[in-house]
Amino acid sequence: MENNAFYVALSLLLNFDASLFQIVALSLQVSLLAVLIAALLGFPLGAAVALWRFPGRGVMIVALNALMGLPPVVAGLIVYLLLSRAGPLGEWGFLFTPGAMVIAQVVLVLPILAALSRQKVEELLGEYREQFVSLGMSRSRMMPTLLWDARFALLTVLLAGFGRASAEVGAVMMVGGNIDGVTRVMTTAIVLETGKGNLPLALGLGIVLLTLVMLINAGAYLLGELTRRRVG
Amino acid sequence: MTSFNAPFHASSVLSLPPALRFEGVAFSHQDKVLLGPCAFTLEGAGPTLVMGPNGAGKSLLLRLAHGLLSPTQGRVAWSGEGSPRQAMVFQQPVLLRRSTVANLIHALAVNNVPRKARAKLAFDALERFGLTACTDTPARVLSGGEQQRLALARAWVLSPQVLFLDEPTSALDPAAIKAVEAAVREFHQRGTRIVMTTHDLHQARRLAGDVLFLSGGKVREHTPAEAFFNAPVSREAQAFIAGELVE
Repeated sequence: MENNAFYVALSLLLNFDASLFQIVALSLQVSLLAVLIAALLGFPLGAAVALWRFPGRGVMIVALNALMGLPPVVAGLIVYLLLSRAGPLGEWGFLFTPGAMVIAQVVLVLPILAALSRQKVEELLGEYREQFVSLGMSRSRMMPTLLWDARFALLTVLLAGFGRASAEVGAVMMVGGNIDGVTRVMTTAIVLETGKGNLPLALGLGIVLLTLVMLINAGAYLLGELTRRRVG
Repeated sequence: MTSFNAPFHASSVLSLPPALRFEGVAFSHQDKVLLGPCAFTLEGAGPTLVMGPNGAGKSLLLRLAHGLLSPTQGRVAWSGEGSPRQAMVFQQPVLLRRSTVANLIHALAVNNVPRKARAKLAFDALERFGLTACTDTPARVLSGGEQQRLALARAWVLSPQVLFLDEPTSALDPAAIKAVEAAVREFHQRGTRIVMTTHDLHQARRLAGDVLFLSGGKVREHTPAEAFFNAPVSREAQAFIAGELVE
């Protein structure tokens, strides 16, 4: 019975195993912070691309769409090069800290949030444009109105970003280093424990990761549905 | 038959709102002339009803006048300095995904009305347009008639000197139509220049001070309402009125 992976996984969870919860907490901190920063940058960026016509706009849209599929290891490599001792931001001493992991995940998530919010905002703008012009609104004044009115769609976009951040392993592994107690998150721990043959712990972490993602998605779905029904 | 109701004239209007002049205005798209060239001046008390069959260019004319579109030829000019404060009410009201009162507050905010003054103006307008009961209702779950009243209230809080209405009642039931027409009269009484399109002759008879008649992208006639309904000059307007009466 003790060798049953599910049993071990469940007992780890039910006993509130300290090292397990440290890993879970760090994972959440890193991914949530990364998604928050990416949203603060990506939503206005997406809205700006939807609102303004400028040379290179088409290239930018294609680039943002393409970067949605940026391989995490490539994002990790870029951030690694930037933050390494010899790199341009080497002085920050950020490499192998949670901060570096946040930066790497921002790089991964930002294109998703910008590209998807660009689509949503552009759809809404098609509907609102004449009324906005009639009200004498400038493009920069339209931006906050559009972002707020697209809030339900953007919540889904945010979830897509969070899903990406919490599930990836390549980027955080490269720039975080999977240091026990410092930069070990759920995905890197799963890789490590699987490699060591500690399948129960790996599975336990996997179950926690899945459950968390499900809970966050369910919460956001419910919130979205309730308010959508209320606001129409 | 209600069509000979006394048309609405505002003798109470002291100073006339800014005059609108189309100077050889034309609009073409992909080498096809959709409107004009047309030249006319709206300077009377109004309300001006823009009439004509579907595809005559009524909506286009309104959008050019309001500045939503730029003419490909000629220019739109206003009396006085610059262009006046304007608002437009569309056939399908475009409302924000917010509460009823938040829609009004937003319009006031983008027009730089001081924050402190916004709520009072908004609530006054809700009361005037019979929307007090739906203050916090999401605007997009209001009924069609309520939505259009909210669009009118939004225009009202901006105190426009000119109000354009593009077929504002074509999707509404009689009670809602009545409310919209009452609102149009209130705007008119406040001294707002009204320019409204409709294809409903009865409605035009009830509201019009003067009629601008379009067909095939050309202005065929611009005459006082009484003259237009009793003795239309252009062949197109004669046919339009006759066609409507036999229905």
